[in-house]
Amino acid sequence: MSLVIKGASLLGQQTRDLYVDDAGVLVDEAPSGAETIDADGLVALPGLVDLHTHLREPGREDAETILTGSQAAALGGYTAVLAMANTSPVTDTAEAATRVWELGREAGLVHVQPVGAVTRGLAGEELAELGLMHRSRAAVNVFSDDGKCVHDARVMRRALEYVKAFGGVVSQHSQDPALAGPAACCHEGELSGRLGLPGWPGIAEEVIVARDVMLARHTGSRVHVAHVSTAGSVEVLRWAKARGIEVTAEVTPHHLLLTTDLLTGYDPTYKVNPPLRPQEDVDALREALTDGTIDAVATDHAPHARHDKEHAFVDAAFGMLGIETALGVVRTALPDLSWSDVARVMSTTPARIAGLAEQGRPLEPGSPAHVVLVDPDTAVTVDRDASASLSRNNPWHGRSLTSRVVHTVYGGRVTVRDGALA
Amino acid sequence: MKHLLSIDDLSTDEILQLFETAADMHDVQSREVKKLPALRGRTVVNMFFEDSTRTRSSFEIAGKWLSADVINVSAKGSSTSKGESLRDTVLTVCAMGVDGLVIRHPASGAAVQVSQWVDAAVVNAGDGMHEHPTQALLDAYTLQRHLGSLEGRHVAIIGDLTHSRVFRSNVQCLTRLGARVTVVAPPTLMPSGIGAWSAAAGFETSYDIDAVLPEADAVMMLRVQRERMSGAFFPSAREYTVGYGLTRNRLSLLKPDVPICHPGPMNRGLEIAADAADAAQSVVLEQVSGGLAIRMAVLYHLLAGDTWGGIA
Ligand SMILES: [Zn+2]
Repeated sequence: MSLVIKGASLLGQQTRDLYVDDAGVLVDEAPSGAETIDADGLVALPGLVDLHTHLREPGREDAETILTGSQAAALGGYTAVLAMANTSPVTDTAEAATRVWELGREAGLVHVQPVGAVTRGLAGEELAELGLMHRSRAAVNVFSDDGKCVHDARVMRRALEYVKAFGGVVSQHSQDPALAGPAACCHEGELSGRLGLPGWPGIAEEVIVARDVMLARHTGSRVHVAHVSTAGSVEVLRWAKARGIEVTAEVTPHHLLLTTDLLTGYDPTYKVNPPLRPQEDVDALREALTDGTIDAVATDHAPHARHDKEHAFVDAAFGMLGIETALGVVRTALPDLSWSDVARVMSTTPARIAGLAEQGRPLEPGSPAHVVLVDPDTAVTVDRDASASLSRNNPWHGRSLTSRVVHTVYGGRVTVRDGALA
Repeated sequence: MKHLLSIDDLSTDEILQLFETAADMHDVQSREVKKLPALRGRTVVNMFFEDSTRTRSSFEIAGKWLSADVINVSAKGSSTSKGESLRDTVLTVCAMGVDGLVIRHPASGAAVQVSQWVDAAVVNAGDGMHEHPTQALLDAYTLQRHLGSLEGRHVAIIGDLTHSRVFRSNVQCLTRLGARVTVVAPPTLMPSGIGAWSAAAGFETSYDIDAVLPEADAVMMLRVQRERMSGAFFPSAREYTVGYGLTRNRLSLLKPDVPICHPGPMNRGLEIAADAADAAQSVVLEQVSGGLAIRMAVLYHLLAGDTWGGIA
C-alpha cells in the first residue's frame, strides 16, 4: 500500500513530504489513494540497523522469539537486525542460517539477518562452514562467536583470511578468557574488590582488540569489534584507524550511559557482558562515538527469562534488553549528537558494516522505504511491562529517556503507528 | 536492624550493644542449664549452600540455647542442579513460616539478594568473597576481651585478602571500633582497587609482614583458600610460608601477649605454624566460644521482638 508521510523533518534539517509507492520504494510524486501519516514535528531517519541482537530462537523461545524480537525491534525504530549465532542449536550451518532468515521473513517486521558462527558450536576450534552460510539464501556476511571470544589467535587469523574470499567480516567478542577468568562478572576495580565479585578487567578486552587489529593488518581483512567497553580499547582503535587498518567497532547504548556503580545492590539486571565500566570509560566511549573512532551503536539486546536472572549475581545470566530503548538511550547519553550523526551511527554505518545494501539508505527517491519517525521533544518513562519482548530484564524500567519512536515503516509497510505495533 | 547482611548495617553503638548482650550470653554458656526462653516459638532455618560444619553448628546451638526451633537445610548445589532459581529455592523454604533465615552461599551478594525476596530476618553467614559479619563481630569481641577497648589498637590482618570475606567484614568492624588496621598480603592476593578503597576506608596496606608484626597489638591470620584459586597467585606453598606465614621465628617479632586469631580451618604449616597456632597467646578456641555468644546475641536482637532490650 502506498504512503504519504507529511511534513517530516529529514535528519532534523529540511521539512519535506515523503512518498512511498506500492512496491515500498520512495518516489518523487505523491501516489494516488495513499494512506497519510502526519509527521508534523517529527524527525525522519532511515530505519535503524542493529548489528548485534540476540533473538533466542531456536532454543530459548521462552525468552524471545524471532517474532517478538522483531516486534521489539520495530518499536525501537529498527528495520533490520543481525541475529547473533549463539542460539541452540548454534547458527553454524547454511540450514540453520536459512531457517532464521525464513522465520524473520515470516514475521515480516524487520529484516532479520542471521550472523553465522565463526567456529563450529562456538567451540573456538574448527571453522564453521562460513562459505556455505554465505552462499545460502540468508547470504550471511557477518560471522561471530559472540558470547565467547575467538581466543585462539591461529583460528582467528584463519577466519579473517577465509572470509576475504567473499568480503565477509568477523565480529569479535573481545574477552581474553585467561585474563578475565571463568567467573568474571563485574568490572575489575575498587568496587569489585569491595563487593567480592570476580573481576572482568578492561585489559582482558584490550589485549584481544590489540591482537585482532594486528591480525587484521596482517591478513588485510576486516575485523569488527563488538561492544567496545573501555577507554584502552578506544585508544587501540584510534591507533589502528590512523594507520588505515580495516577495523570497525560498535558500542552499546548501556555502555554509553550506565556505570559499574549500579552493582552495589547485586541486582543481576545490571549484569552484562562486557560489564558496565566506570565513568572514565563511559566518557571515552561517548567521545569515540562522536568523533567516529567507534563506528556504530549496537544494542546487544539480550532477553532472559526471569528465572535465569533470579540467581546469585555470579550465577545469573549475562545481558539486558535494549532494542526498544536504544534511540532514547543514545539521545539521553549524547544530547548534542546531531540527527545526521544519529542516522550515521545507528543506520547508515551499521548497514554498511553488515553489507546490507537495502538498509541505511538516504531518504530519497529510489531507496526502499525503511523509515523511522521520531518525536525529538517527548521524554518517555520506560515501563518494562509495556515491552513487546518476552523478557523483562530491562535496566531502563522507570527511567525517563529523551525522544520517542512514533512510527516505523519497513519496506513501505507501517510496522509501528503512534508508538504501538500496527 | 531487620537483617544482618554486612557490618555496614550496624552502627558503632549497635556493635557495642551486641557485645554486651554477647557477654551475657557467654555467662549463660557456663550455666548448668544453658537454655533461655527468648526465642520460644520462633523458627530459624540454617540454609547452607556451601559446607561449613563449624559455622552451621555454631548458629544451630545458638538458636537452640535460645529455645528457637532450628532446622538445617543443606541446599548445596540444589538450585543449579534442579534448574530452580535461588529465589524459588528460598521462597519455598520461607513459605513454611520462617522467622529467621541464616544463609551461607558461595556467591558474593547472595544474602543481600535473598533479603529482598523474603519476609524473614536474614543473617549472612558468609556470602562468597563478600562478607561474614558474625565472624568479624566475634573476632572483634574476642580481641576486645583481651585488649580492653579497640580504640587506637593496631590490628594486622595477614593473608589471602582477595578471597576473604572475613577480611572484608573485619576491616569494617575494626576500623568502626577505632582500631588501626594494617592488611598484609602479596600483591597478587590484594583485592583490585585496594589502594583507593583503603584510602577511603582508613586502613593501611603492606607487603612486608616483618615490618608490621613488631607494631601489632593483635594478629589475625587468614586462611589461604586454595580451593578458590584458579590462577597463579603465588609460586609455591613454601614461598608463601617464607614470605607471609606466621612462622615460629616470627613469633619472636611480636610484642608479648599479642593475641593471635585465625577464623579456621587452619592450614597448619602454610599460613600459620603449629607453634603459633598452639601458642599461649593464640585465641583460636576463644573465638569459637565467643562466636556462639555473638550468634546468640545476633539472633536475640533480630528475633526476640523487644529489639535491643536486655536479657530477662
Ligand atoms: Zn558479546
